[in-house]
Amino acid sequence: MDGSAAPLLAVENVSLSFGGIVALDKVSFGVEEGQIVGLIGPNGAGKTTLFNCLTRLYRVDEGDIHFQGKSILKLPPHRIAPLGIARTFQNLALFDKMPVLENVMIGMHSRTRSDFLSNALRLPWVGREERAMMDRATELISYLGLEPEMHRRVTDLPFGTMKRVELARALAGSPKLLLLDEPASGLNHKEVEDLIGLIREIRDQRKVTVLLVEHHMSLVMQVSDAVVALNFGRMIASGTPKEMQEDENVIKAYLGDGSA
Amino acid sequence: MVTSTVTPKTIKSPAARTAWLNGRYPRVAAMAVVLVVAASLPLVMSDYRLFQFTLAYIYAIALLGLNLLIGYNGQFSLGHGAFFAIGAYTTAIMIDRWDIGYGWTIIAAGAICLVVGFLFGIPALRIEGMYLALATLALALATPQFLKYHLFEGWTGGVQGIVIDKPEAPFGLPLNPDQWLYFFTLAILLLAFVLGWNLVRGRTGRALVAIRDHRIAAQSMGINTALYKSLIFGVSALYTGVAGALSAIVIQFVAPDSFTLFLSIFFVVGIVVGGLGSITGAIYGGFFIQFVPNIADAISQAAPWAIYGIFLIVFMLVMPLGIAGFLAILWHRLIMGRLASDGNEGHPTET
Repeated sequence: MDGSAAPLLAVENVSLSFGGIVALDKVSFGVEEGQIVGLIGPNGAGKTTLFNCLTRLYRVDEGDIHFQGKSILKLPPHRIAPLGIARTFQNLALFDKMPVLENVMIGMHSRTRSDFLSNALRLPWVGREERAMMDRATELISYLGLEPEMHRRVTDLPFGTMKRVELARALAGSPKLLLLDEPASGLNHKEVEDLIGLIREIRDQRKVTVLLVEHHMSLVMQVSDAVVALNFGRMIASGTPKEMQEDENVIKAYLGDGSA
Repeated sequence: MVTSTVTPKTIKSPAARTAWLNGRYPRVAAMAVVLVVAASLPLVMSDYRLFQFTLAYIYAIALLGLNLLIGYNGQFSLGHGAFFAIGAYTTAIMIDRWDIGYGWTIIAAGAICLVVGFLFGIPALRIEGMYLALATLALALATPQFLKYHLFEGWTGGVQGIVIDKPEAPFGLPLNPDQWLYFFTLAILLLAFVLGWNLVRGRTGRALVAIRDHRIAAQSMGINTALYKSLIFGVSALYTGVAGALSAIVIQFVAPDSFTLFLSIFFVVGIVVGGLGSITGAIYGGFFIQFVPNIADAISQAAPWAIYGIFLIVFMLVMPLGIAGFLAILWHRLIMGRLASDGNEGHPTET
């Protein structure tokens, strides 16, 4: 990174409190295009809160967030996906009663345009759009090894599989930036290994920048180009994975400072 | 890879058969049969029976609209009787006062209800679940009183209502008015059915269900939840308004007391019994609303509502997913039950 171009995502002095509790306190960092950035910190550090600010589910009190050089803080939540920001959720947020295929197709909502009238009349171009969506969804489904599950309802699937459905759904929107909220939680060792390869592949082959929240340290350290550490809503360190492993503040945050 | 419960080798041909049976051809064939039967009913039925069937179809159109709202989008309405009334009065007033052709009045009724429904859908965005049910309940409660209100009496006819003439069959068709209205209503039901079917099977339908199942995730996918919710409120009201307009023409009469809270409640009963989130369910529901009270009355004139209540309870016990869900399970069990028992057995929702 030469540092001259504006980063893809710039978080600038973002603060947010709920009642009297400070969830985020002047957090600033940038994510360069093509990077994989890990966001770490103990429970309650504000990682998911930050994701919710990035997707406009929460309103920030102070600071600004720029994506491709433009502030996103005036946009309603549904205008975030069209910009090219997609996310997965910590506790899964799938459309339970729908089959895998349709979940993934909904991921393409912001890239398609048929509406009430054209859908009801099923105009010829709507049929073509629908087939194109189906093809792309099928491609993603097979990319993530979900083919056998394609027509099954998501509630009938094991947890790890559901997480892959969420990933497929997020990728379906052709994002520039992918926000992964604890992608490794609940996965077994083998699945975590696969996930590491997958995240790299998504970056390298699909040219998607990745920001991930994760507790699984070995995954974060293996996959990230840069790591940002939060604790009690404050950024306590940032740097390469190697630097982070030696950072006193990070070690203290995870192990306690001995006073507790 | 997660080990799959289905071994691909053994189910290959049944899977293909399952896919075929779930595909469009059997459905199209079934629909064609139903249509042929429906079209030949006027040959064998008395005019009164035909009139009853026409009403069942009209209710089915209203239920289609309500099901789009409740079943697919998860917005509850206890007030759709109001839209039915607005549709009916629009038609009656236009025919009575200005002598406008009834076909045009149906279009006007639909348009007015679309706008009113959309506008009602905007404040409805702020309220959900039971609270929305109460807000729409207010609509249902107020409607008959507005219709009786003395300032509007010149238009609505007050308590007396409005009597209109039954239209004759056009183009010199050899049909009596009841037969003609039967076919006319059937055609509109078919149109409403096809449009609704297309709507829920495309991008819009998926967005509506996504909002119902997980609003936050839907927003994150780029779905403008506020717009979709108010638009589907409008579309739902449009369907119900068209049904109301048809009811005025078929019954030849509108009066405030035809549009009480009971009507709105029967609509909800109709979609639940027919099958929530099912387009075909609306048709079963229409028949339920039209005929079950008659059957109850025939069984006991002393306590027809008790019998009706028993019917309701039995239906819900035997078919907790509505008639449409019950038939979907039957379809799976009877036609390919043994073959697909380990796969997606009895997947009842059509969504």
